[in-house]
Amino acid sequence: MTDETGSAREQTVVGHHHDDLDTTTLAYSGQAPSHAVMAQRAHRFGTWYHAEAVLRSMRAFIVPGLLNAVGQPLLYIIAMGLGLGALVGNGVGTVDGVDYLTFVTPALLVSTVVMSVSGEMTYPVMAGFKWMRTYYGPAATGLRPAQIAAGHLLAVVIRFVVQCTIFWVIAVAFGATSLGWSVLMVPIGVLAATAFGAPLQAYAASLEGEGFQFSFVQRFIVMPMFLFSGTFFPLAVMPVYLQWIGWLSPVWHGTQLARLVSYGASGPGWLIAVHVLVLVAATLAGVMWARRVYTRRLTS
Amino acid sequence: MGDLSPGSRDVELTPVTESVVEPVISARELRKTYGDFVAVDGIDFEVRPGESFGLLGPNGAGKSTTMRMIGGTLDRTGGDLAVLGMDPGPQGPTVRAHLGVIPQQDNLDEELRVRENLIMYGRYFGLSRSFLAAKADELLAFAQLEAKAKEKVQSLSGGMKRRLTIARGLVNEPKILLLDEPTTGLDPQARHVLWDRLFRLKEAGTTLVVTTHFMDEAEQLCDRLIVVDHGRIMAEGSPRELIRTYSTREVVELRFGSARNATVVAELDGVGSRIEVLPDRVLVYADDGEACLEEVARRGLAPVTSLVRRSSLEDVFLRLTGRSLID
Amino acid sequence: MSVREQQRPVLAEPGARSSVISVLERGFSVIRNQNWMILVSGFFEPVFYLLAMGVGMGMLVGEVSGPGGREITYAAFIAPALLATSAMNGAFYDSTWNVFFKLRFAKLYEAMLQTSLSPWNVALGEILMALFRGFLYALGFLGVLAVMGLVTSWWALAMVPVAVLIAFGFAALGMGVTSFLTRFQQMDLLNFVMLPMFLFSATLYPITVYPEAVQWLVMVLPLWHAVELMRQLSVGYLTWATLVHVGYFVAMTAAGLWLTTTRLRALFLR
Repeated sequence: MTDETGSAREQTVVGHHHDDLDTTTLAYSGQAPSHAVMAQRAHRFGTWYHAEAVLRSMRAFIVPGLLNAVGQPLLYIIAMGLGLGALVGNGVGTVDGVDYLTFVTPALLVSTVVMSVSGEMTYPVMAGFKWMRTYYGPAATGLRPAQIAAGHLLAVVIRFVVQCTIFWVIAVAFGATSLGWSVLMVPIGVLAATAFGAPLQAYAASLEGEGFQFSFVQRFIVMPMFLFSGTFFPLAVMPVYLQWIGWLSPVWHGTQLARLVSYGASGPGWLIAVHVLVLVAATLAGVMWARRVYTRRLTS
Repeated sequence: MGDLSPGSRDVELTPVTESVVEPVISARELRKTYGDFVAVDGIDFEVRPGESFGLLGPNGAGKSTTMRMIGGTLDRTGGDLAVLGMDPGPQGPTVRAHLGVIPQQDNLDEELRVRENLIMYGRYFGLSRSFLAAKADELLAFAQLEAKAKEKVQSLSGGMKRRLTIARGLVNEPKILLLDEPTTGLDPQARHVLWDRLFRLKEAGTTLVVTTHFMDEAEQLCDRLIVVDHGRIMAEGSPRELIRTYSTREVVELRFGSARNATVVAELDGVGSRIEVLPDRVLVYADDGEACLEEVARRGLAPVTSLVRRSSLEDVFLRLTGRSLID
Repeated sequence: MSVREQQRPVLAEPGARSSVISVLERGFSVIRNQNWMILVSGFFEPVFYLLAMGVGMGMLVGEVSGPGGREITYAAFIAPALLATSAMNGAFYDSTWNVFFKLRFAKLYEAMLQTSLSPWNVALGEILMALFRGFLYALGFLGVLAVMGLVTSWWALAMVPVAVLIAFGFAALGMGVTSFLTRFQQMDLLNFVMLPMFLFSATLYPITVYPEAVQWLVMVLPLWHAVELMRQLSVGYLTWATLVHVGYFVAMTAAGLWLTTTRLRALFLR
């Protein structure tokens, strides 16, 4: 019997590691800042904290993401700029006063980044509220819903700064644009992406179902925006009854600005102002709308 | 003559009884490995027709893996396995025609509505629509989901989804029902309702194979069970046999506060027949718990709380593995 | 109990009547439950491409040399290529992303395989559903071509069954490929095959713009054969090459089915 008791004690020593735990320092170590300071930090930097969390979750996709960021410009520039360009060269020759490669490259930069934003601001947003509930973790801390919304957008913006820069470098390497002002295509591309992405984020956040609407967004908004926004040919070439798509499309406004800085495409000053205004206004409206929707969903 | 005829009937009946005892599932040296990881490490067991057989063990013990091999939806690495005399590997579809499978995690068809889930599932067995129309209503009543028949699956609560999954597993009137952690996620009342339904199925002749990490479930449902840990069988028998073999009649649970639990053991020497020290409490095994408690009081040990209870399968598992079932 | 035992053998018969048909039934039930616009919307992508590139780009490009060297409009040049691409994309998406999602997240196949369905029933059912959708879209697209006056030969009617053949090849191959993939990141890599294939397979411009070595490389790609085949049918210019293209897809379908069959257990029983 003594043997048995002994062996039982030996066995249970395995379970004893919990006893090393110093529960006093667990409750109060004296090392952590005061809760008032924590609240203050969250208030000030919460958006950045959440952006960091989102960027970390993107890490798993860094290899396909980078391949995409490098592969897309290469493929599109070669296929559209050079391949299709050869046909245009045999046809009308130049477009907007430049060769086809120069004409199409700024549009490719803007439209690929806007297409990417449609992936980042739909299913991941729904996952945050529904499938993975990743928004509810930060929502239980000192972060405000508006910061959670803005943090997600900020993370995506950071990603697109990298993506646009890679595109610009490749464009320069192919002689599709020259060094200099053309680097402004990077902020222009990002701005076009937020002009579409921020409202899309708010819309995605407002959906309660399984997100079947996203395939409609893809097919009836993103795709037409890619094809009918003066990307591959000047808007004026299209019949008048299709030109309104361009005016509504962040891709067209972004593309026209990108052409301006890339090869000095000419246009009236008021139109340039309109391009900038539309992109900024759409971004701001999206941010405000997202803030409202996130606040409603995360606090009710 | 009148005395002889019942006797001769007995003689005729004997072989029939024997053939009934032929196991519906038998596993020998059953193994499953994933690379270096051994999920099921050569286990032997037999399930007899009409019995309720349990696999008890903590998460990761290899229970679900064993269940999937029985249904032929997972290939085994080694050993022999026969279900109704067939090998579920090559004969998976035929074997599964006899089985009702209730997986650990609900895998309902979210693109179909509640009633459609039952009907489509039956169609996968090749059952006719007319049979299924009646069957679906019967099963909806069984699962208490009549009012939800036309709803989307995603609108159901967790408990409702579980009930629908279980009802769906009955659509083909299976001979053998494989239940993988059937009541996980159900509230206590719903568990008792389900146990009652399963008991009725068993009375109607259905063989039940249940995996669980709940002691009370194993004790309520199983005629016979194997205790599994790290892919191995640690013990086998009826719940009562296992408790009798590996534990005492009663257990005294003493809490002295987390700082004192370990140090007080020396002072408990000789109390009861065996002592287990857990981080949060000390368990004293004895046939007479009250007498034990009196002895503890006589020694002036003054626990913060004390409780005398009957031994359970939890104690069996602790004795066999030195660990609790639920970490 | 003996009465119950009597009833049960109906199911106990080997391979009762459960088959691929029930998987198709499920597919149609889902379509019925869905918003019908989801099905219809899949038809628009190639139409948008045709409108934008055919009409808009056509203004910049002018006429292009078509099958047999005949000059045709740019819209007539890309239309058959868009049909081939859409057949490829739809079938490939259904047999890769869709299958992967149902496998990993919806756990649909897990549930199906708890029944007396075999993995082969499930695989074939899913492929046939993909072909059904491909058939509908091809039919719709051919209608659009006819309305736009881009159909000039009766042979163009054969574009519908050929679209189904192309879809069959890509669906069978796609499902085999999916059996090798375990993570979402790997699924993303599929796009790195599909996008270049679309851009470089003589879809939007003839491959004569490439150096000869690159041309030979492109001629290995399945989409190039699909595009050439469709283009020949659209104008009714058939040669021995037509047979080669058809043969390519028959072989690809067979290879894809073989791969899927041999990898079936790896795909579903994991």
